[in-house]
Amino acid sequence: MELTEFLKYGFIQRALIAGSFIGVLCSILGVFLVLRRFSLIGDGLAHATFGSVALAMLLKMSPLYVSIPIVMICSLGILKLTEKARLYGDAAIGVVSSLGIAGGVMLASIAGGFNVDLFSYLFGSILSISKAEVIISIVLSVLVILIIFFYYHELLSITFDEDSAKASGINTKLINTIFVLLTAVTVVLSMKVVGIMLISALLIFPAVTALQIAKSFRAMMITASLSAVTSVVTGIIVSLYLDLPTGATIVIINFIFFISGLAYKRIINV
Amino acid sequence: MPVDVLRVENLSFRYNSSDVLSNISFSVKAGDYIGLVGPNGSGKTTLIKIILGLMKPFSGHVKLFGDHINAFSGWDRIGYLPQKISALNPRFPATVREIVAMGLLSKKGFPKHINNADNTAVDTTLSLLDIRDLKNKPIGELSGGQQQRVLVARAIVNNPELLILDEPTDALDPEMRDRFFSLLEALNRKKNVTIVIITHDIGNIGRYTSKMLYIDKKLVFYGSFDDFCQSAEITHIFGAFAQHIICHRHDPNLNFSSRTHGTD
Repeated sequence: MELTEFLKYGFIQRALIAGSFIGVLCSILGVFLVLRRFSLIGDGLAHATFGSVALAMLLKMSPLYVSIPIVMICSLGILKLTEKARLYGDAAIGVVSSLGIAGGVMLASIAGGFNVDLFSYLFGSILSISKAEVIISIVLSVLVILIIFFYYHELLSITFDEDSAKASGINTKLINTIFVLLTAVTVVLSMKVVGIMLISALLIFPAVTALQIAKSFRAMMITASLSAVTSVVTGIIVSLYLDLPTGATIVIINFIFFISGLAYKRIINV
Repeated sequence: MPVDVLRVENLSFRYNSSDVLSNISFSVKAGDYIGLVGPNGSGKTTLIKIILGLMKPFSGHVKLFGDHINAFSGWDRIGYLPQKISALNPRFPATVREIVAMGLLSKKGFPKHINNADNTAVDTTLSLLDIRDLKNKPIGELSGGQQQRVLVARAIVNNPELLILDEPTDALDPEMRDRFFSLLEALNRKKNVTIVIITHDIGNIGRYTSKMLYIDKKLVFYGSFDDFCQSAEITHIFGAFAQHIICHRHDPNLNFSSRTHGTD
């Protein structure tokens, strides 16, 4: 089938549009997460998303509406554990992550076992994304990107050196809170694209690819965004042609971009 | 009566039940140039972090420009250079210009944006530190000394009234260190910038500062460098010979009394 014929299908158009918006969103947040050595928060919140999706299914509600508030609370939990319980970030993420998985398994068991729906969230199903989900993805993506735009300099300053940012009067507590909440919303939005199991790949890969190439912070954000959108679009098309799982294909393409970035850096430095 | 730039009252800090700082009180006036010295683990950096509101004291108060630290909002009046540039991420992909511009954020409202005037201020500061040609380079590609100068530029780009520097010369070679101290001296004398500088180089810092503050978990000495050299407490710590060596390392042609600004 020709590419133009593929593009005539509504479900492919929806997948490309939602996937591109979510890709940009993940890559921009991912830049800050990777540089703050907080990359695995995506994994931790994804596991919390698993628990919340299981709860939504038990309650027969829309997973998106149940997951967003629950995962936002979990993200604040991670932040508070690092601040108040003096846990390192990875340990705090581990606590919330295991709690999310345990809760999900327990709820799925109460609901009578795992079903097809839950697996579609675990491994992604961007091709089954609905019109309403596309609209929600676009609105929330634009909102999150706007917030990042307005707090760009504060986020950059905190990412580089949090103490100095605080000493210059930046409300680091507020910015950190906003940041983890945005990450929570992003993780929930991404579950349809690549699935709960692979969300962190969408946050980490574009950022680490850009880190190999970019010479400034702004360039890193632009490179990461381009890498994310290209990988999502290519991943959807390749998966259709080769009849492969879309989420996993997007992640593999991201990995190829990363390896290419690494090779480019080696060649340039020789 | 002019308000103290900094006032520390009965300040104590404990960590895991042990005293890190105990009952420290002192005040800094506009135009003072304070050398904050003491052995490793004496609490110098902790004291600075409490002054900047980065840590909460166990007891006591800090006032900046007359305001209690909890009510203080004039952070644009303060420039800060943290300790240990090595703790910063060497792969951070920001350019020198992007990093120095961070020093201007405290003056800005919401949303914060960098304009042409800010870029000019960044260029001027980079020229002052002789690193303008590096402005578009990623910080990770610079040497330790160059990175240190970038962070110094970030601390002074905002024209602060109070400059707090935590071991700023560690990564600098002797020539750059002398130029750096000359720059601080000029800021202090010509622009009346109040400076608090943590250093281990006790003898060298005496060439420039108007006062010495020696702490070792508690305040041991606070006064002029001349008094520091005569102090029985300092003799007790270093011994008379070491004190003599420390106090005679600096240039004998300098007139210390002329460097004393805003003393009590």
